[in-house]
Amino acid sequence: MSDIPADLKYTKSHEWVRDNGDGSVTVGITDHAQEALGDIVFVEAPEVGRQVAAAEACAVVESVKAASDIYAPLAGEVLEANAALGDAPELINSSAHAEGWIFRLAPSDASALDALLDAAAYTKVLEQED
Amino acid sequence: MGSRTPLFAEHVRLGARIVPFGGWDMPLHYGSQLEEHHVVRRAAGMFDVSHMRPVDVQGAQASDFLRHLLANDVARLTQPGKALYSCMLNPEGGVIDDLIVYLRGPEHYRLVVNAATAAKDLDWMAQQRAGFAVDIQPREDLAMIAVQGPEARAQTLPLLAAPLAERAGGLAPFFATEHDDWFVGRTGYTGEDGFEIMLPAVEAPTLWQALEQAGVQPCGLGARDTLRLEAGMNLYGQDMDEETGPLEAGLGWTVAWEPAERDFIGRAALTAQRERGGLRRFVGLVLEGRGVLRGHQPVLIDGEVAGEVTSGGFAPTLGGSIALARVAPTIGEHCTVLIRDKAVPARVVKPPFARHGKALIELA
Repeated sequence: MSDIPADLKYTKSHEWVRDNGDGSVTVGITDHAQEALGDIVFVEAPEVGRQVAAAEACAVVESVKAASDIYAPLAGEVLEANAALGDAPELINSSAHAEGWIFRLAPSDASALDALLDAAAYTKVLEQED
Repeated sequence: MGSRTPLFAEHVRLGARIVPFGGWDMPLHYGSQLEEHHVVRRAAGMFDVSHMRPVDVQGAQASDFLRHLLANDVARLTQPGKALYSCMLNPEGGVIDDLIVYLRGPEHYRLVVNAATAAKDLDWMAQQRAGFAVDIQPREDLAMIAVQGPEARAQTLPLLAAPLAERAGGLAPFFATEHDDWFVGRTGYTGEDGFEIMLPAVEAPTLWQALEQAGVQPCGLGARDTLRLEAGMNLYGQDMDEETGPLEAGLGWTVAWEPAERDFIGRAALTAQRERGGLRRFVGLVLEGRGVLRGHQPVLIDGEVAGEVTSGGFAPTLGGSIALARVAPTIGEHCTVLIRDKAVPARVVKPPFARHGKALIELA
């Protein structure tokens, strides 16, 4: 069973979102997603300063198996990409919810966070997939 | 649900991720495909390849039949146990399947064909056998385990019955030996030393468990694919198929043109292709920019599409991305590959990329 921390928000497309409390959020892919993808070998993160729309494909995670689009959970501006993933994309496998974060975003509408899935709702999404 | 090999319960017990492959439910990996890849280059891993189909061909005209059926020439098999890699072509020169054929004795051969194509292959062989005194026997009663890596033979030999172990221990590369219903070939699909073992299905779980206890790592189809790609070995259905023949898939060396009077299926078509010229080249690519090469990505020469990647991926031994590609004959030492609408530079190389534990080609 995959790890679904209660303090994060989630999307149906298997991104997680952490509210940093400073007007920014951090985005990654869930433990379930990394397990489904297998060993991650390459990450293409969005450029800093890029404006993304909600549900816009803005990053790519490539595993030994295939390439997968990562979607922006919220509209906003990209503040930072995780530089550590350049040399160590496997951080997503070993630490999907922490060291394996992919990018930070300044949401244009902070209240949009509330519309994302909580841990219980995301657990239901996974149960329906099985 | 797909077919299950005699080792399916072992895969489940080991926590494998099971995926459909050629009509079979097969293990993709048992945790980490990368670790499985490395263990085969450095020590020993084992693969359940029971989905592949051994087919025994014997009879007074078995040689004549196979010399007609296959593009390579079984007359080259002059010693018992010797193996030969060949394509089985259609009359248009396309590849119906690629296979290994072992000489078992006078007029007695064993072919091993791919899983997804086995039924098609047997139909084709049944159509072509008319007029030949030959018996064709698919061996669905056998399982197959490939043990591969520098330590594979040493780990396997103590687990074989004494008479078989003695003969298997003395095998030269690309030879096989057998005892009772066990058949051991010093062959494989990884670019490493090792054995491929065919044995009665009911005995397969016992051998699998014994290998596991000896420290041989179970490996899935994922690692099998990256290992064969690094070793520069073709995969049927990706690198060649019924439309694309051996001359444009880097397999010209497997076509036995001599003796000229041997009339194998597809010969006339290949001869015409060769005389017409302008054949596309089958090359290796090493990605110099960022990303991962994947099948069907367009290959560009001077900004123009001039071919495509047939097999691509991340090469764990090299730590970067490599590919096999079919391209226009004008290709030089450099090209670009279109990855998500970006032209990323790549270097053109001659495979293999890695064998016997070592990278043979530098990344940059």
